[in-house]
This record gives sequence, C-alpha cells and structure tokens, in this order.
Amino acid sequence: MNITSFLLMRHEIILLVLILAMLVLEVATKPSQKKRLINIAIGLFLIHTIIGFFPAETGELFGGSFRTTGLIHFFKNVLNIGVLIILLQSADWLRDKVAEYNKIPEFFILLFSSLLGMNYMISSGDFLMFYIGLELSTLPLVALVAYNSFSEKSTEAAIKLILSAALASAVSLFGISMLYATGGSIFFEEIAANLQTSNLAILGMVFFFSGVAFKISLAPFHFWTADVYEGAPIGITSYLSVISKGAAVFVLMSILFTVLPALTDVWKNVVYIVAILTMFVGNLFALRQQNMKRFLAYSSIAQAGFMLMGIIHGGNLGVATVVFFLLVYVFSNLGAFGVVQAISSETGKENMDDYTGLYRTNPKLALALLLALFSLAGIPPLAGFFGKFFLYMAAASVKEYLLVFLAVVNVTISLYYYLLPVRNMFLRKSDDAIPYFKSKSMMRTGLVLAVLGILVLGLYSPLYNYIVELSASVL
Amino acid sequence: MIENVSIYELLTLTTLLFFIGLYGFLTRKNLITMLMAIELLLNTSVINFVVINKYLYPDVLQGVYFSIFIIAVAAAETALAISIIINLYRLKTSVDISETETMKY
Repeated sequence: MNITSFLLMRHEIILLVLILAMLVLEVATKPSQKKRLINIAIGLFLIHTIIGFFPAETGELFGGSFRTTGLIHFFKNVLNIGVLIILLQSADWLRDKVAEYNKIPEFFILLFSSLLGMNYMISSGDFLMFYIGLELSTLPLVALVAYNSFSEKSTEAAIKLILSAALASAVSLFGISMLYATGGSIFFEEIAANLQTSNLAILGMVFFFSGVAFKISLAPFHFWTADVYEGAPIGITSYLSVISKGAAVFVLMSILFTVLPALTDVWKNVVYIVAILTMFVGNLFALRQQNMKRFLAYSSIAQAGFMLMGIIHGGNLGVATVVFFLLVYVFSNLGAFGVVQAISSETGKENMDDYTGLYRTNPKLALALLLALFSLAGIPPLAGFFGKFFLYMAAASVKEYLLVFLAVVNVTISLYYYLLPVRNMFLRKSDDAIPYFKSKSMMRTGLVLAVLGILVLGLYSPLYNYIVELSASVL
Repeated sequence: MIENVSIYELLTLTTLLFFIGLYGFLTRKNLITMLMAIELLLNTSVINFVVINKYLYPDVLQGVYFSIFIIAVAAAETALAISIIINLYRLKTSVDISETETMKY
C-alpha cells in the first residue's frame, strides 16, 4: 500500500478539502461579504462534480473497511449532480432570506458533511464504517432541518427527525450486534462467508432492516416523513427526499445482496410485504394532501415502495434497475421541488390551490412542474416511465406477477393525485393567480438541468446499458 | 469474561433493557425523558457488542472498538438533540411532546 492508493477516496478527500475551505473562508470574510461565499461554494462544488467524472480505480482501503467499485463511483457522481442542482436551486433563498442572519457558510459546511457521510456509507466495507457514515450523514442533516431556528415548524421538524433517526440507528445497531454474534465479524465479506440461517440471524436482519427502513421512510416507519418535509427549508426537503433516500436505498440493497445472501428467502418476504404496504400507504395518503411539500413527501414514500420491487429481484438486473430508477428519481423530484421552491421563495405560497392558473402567468414554471410530475407518475416518453418499466421487468423476471399487478394499480392511483396540480395549473382560471415573476439565473439553471435530465434519460437509452454493464461486476 | 455468569444471562439483560427503552420512548411525554430512553437503547447495543466480543470471539477486538465508536456518536447525537430541545423551549417555553403537534396527518 502506498500513498497513491488513497486516491481511491478521491470524492471524500476533495469534499473534506471543500469543508475545510469553507471553514477557513467563514473566518476570513467580513459579515457584509458573506453573500459572495454562495457563489464560491457552488463554484467549488461544481469543480468537485467535474473531477468526479474522471475514471476511477477500484479497490479496497483500510483492510476492507472502505471499498469502491465502478457502480459505487457512478452512484457518487449521481449524488454529486443532485447536490449541485439543490445548491443552484437554494442559492436565491440563501441570498435573500438567510443572509441577514449571517448563517450562510454553515449551510454549505453542514450539507457537504452530510454528503461526505453518505459517500462513506455507500463505500463501506464493514458495519462500523456503515454506522459512522450513517450518523455523519444524519446529524448535519438534522441541524440543517432546524436551520430556520426562529420558525416553530422548523424546530418541530428537527426534533421529530432527530428522535426518529436516533431510535432508528439504535434499533439497527441492536440488529448489527446480533449479526455480529452470528457472523463472527463486522466485515461484510466475513459475515457473508460465515452467516447461516438461524433465528438470531433472522432477528438481527429484521432489526437492521427496520433501522434502515426509517431512513428510506418505508411504511410502517414513515410517520416522520411528511412532518419533517413540511417543516424543513425546501432545499433541505429536496436533499432529504432525493440524496438521503437514494443513498440509503443503495446501501440497503448492497447489504442485503452481498452481506445477507444466506437469508435471501427471509428478507425477500420482508421486502415483499413492506413494498406493497409502502406503495399503498404513500399513494392513499397523498390523495388528501393540500400542501405541496407534504404531497411530494407522500409521493416520495410511494416511489420508495417501487424501488423495493427491484430489490426483490435479488440479482444484477435488480441492482441495475434500482440504480437507474434512482437516477431518474433524482431528476424528477428535483424538478418538482425546484418549482415549489421557486414559487415559495418568491411568494411564500405552498398550497396546491395557490397554483391555480399558473400556466397563464408563469408558463415556463408550469411546464417544468408538468414534466416533473409526469415523470414521477411514469408517463412515456419521460424518464420516469422507463424507470418504472425496468422495475416491473425485474420483478416479473422472478415471477412476482402479483407484485407487478399491485404496482400497476398503484400507478393508476398515483396518476389521479399527480394530475391534481396539473389540472389546477392548466385548466382552471383564477383571479388571484401567482403573478408573473422572473426567477434568478441560478434557479433557472437548476431547473433546466433537472428538466434536461428528465428528457435525456427518457430518450437516450445507452445510459441504461452502461448501468447494466457496471452492475454486472457487483455481485 | 465474568466468573459464573453465562452469556445467556447477559444477553437476556440487554434484551430486557432494550425493550424497556423502547417502551419508555413510546410512552413518555417529555422530550428529555424520550432522549434518556434512546440513550438506554444505544447502551444496550454497547453492552451487546462487548459481551459478544468477550464471550464468543475473544481473539479480535472488533466488538470493543465498535462500542467505543457508538459511545462517541451517541454523545454527539444527544448534544444535537438537546440543543434543538433548548431551541424549542425558547420558542414555546415547554419541552412537552404535545407542543410538537402543529403539523400532523
């Protein structure tokens, strides 16, 4: 092992440098100049994102605690793009609303720390690294949810998030201790080699699964989701729903596939029931929401149920479909949240009824929201359709026809509520519609990137083939 | 390894503690007490790791150093939770769970 092997942790090292740079800049700039840090931070993160695309080597570090493969590298890039879009969309909010409280650098430091935790979590090769990565990604996120410390809603959301997250990690630690007892090690490879089906191992798996299910907000562990999403600042809400959830799904999938293959029969049953429950709970509760953030929260719960369909496949195809769906989900959800944020930071309105007649006053925003919602609902030729289609394909190829049928029923239910805002925007007139406003350039760039992602992923198929190729070497 | 104490007794103790903590978390109405319940939950995992390491796999100290990390992370978690509870107290002058019900369903 020589010093260059640390380059395997390229993403993490650069992120760490970014965090330290922000800390130094925070001290070095005068309070009146702090607004400049927004552009500097976004520029630095853009460089980090671009460097991430250079080809990476695969391998292990620290005796197997940290490992990286082509797929993990690709997924880190997806997370980087997602965070970049979120930063672009939040820049105006930071400049207009937060600057007066003099808290701008903290936003970036906490957000980058959380992303650093997620990078370590998805690269983890043992349960210790997994646990530390999980906590490093959660704790800064809680601080960010409580960011608006004068708002009662924000504080309430943060207290709900920290209590549920702490409970979840405690439960999943208890499960990990049982897996340690039966597997004889905390390293993934050694557990996979030693683990046999026993009652203790199954109990450990269930505890571990429920802990991670909290993070992905699968039913019946989803109760915190809507409240936290509503109370948090919108940029953080989209981070929670896209980056945090995506990373947790990826980790859950890789641990179920590579660490617990001995328990495949058991966890398939668990995932099956949870998938059906999550889809129905998410969709049925979304029907009665009026607040756009709560509405998107329940929609994201339902989408998590769909992701589990790919996990049920249990093979390389399942990995590829889930990763592709996550990629699609990142762009679709960020498109929707971007429009909600643009309108909310301009007018403060977040209810579905406020969107009435939006097409007449702000046609471009309405069109962006339309594309994002159609992609979430899965209407061809947008990306969301292919994401869902490949998930059906994965589930059908292992003969889970009932699950596919129930998923299609759920898509039908979801079409109803995804079309509600669309009807308000396009078909209805309103005298007090949101007046025309011009978004700032950063917000426009963020929205254009998200919409481009939705269109390109739907029309450009080689990307899916590329993901299939990457995931062929995973298992 | 403790003389005359088997691993079964110790693991029964931690399991009991775990469910006492879970019960406390679900029934308490005060945020500080809920936090104490979570500490109890985390500490059961710490004891579990140490006991399993000592009794089953005494050659490698994986469980022991895992438990040290849990203690450190739990401290950070508590500090953050306390600071948020203090903020809530500033806004509402109460740390009761019924104060956190403006958003529901």
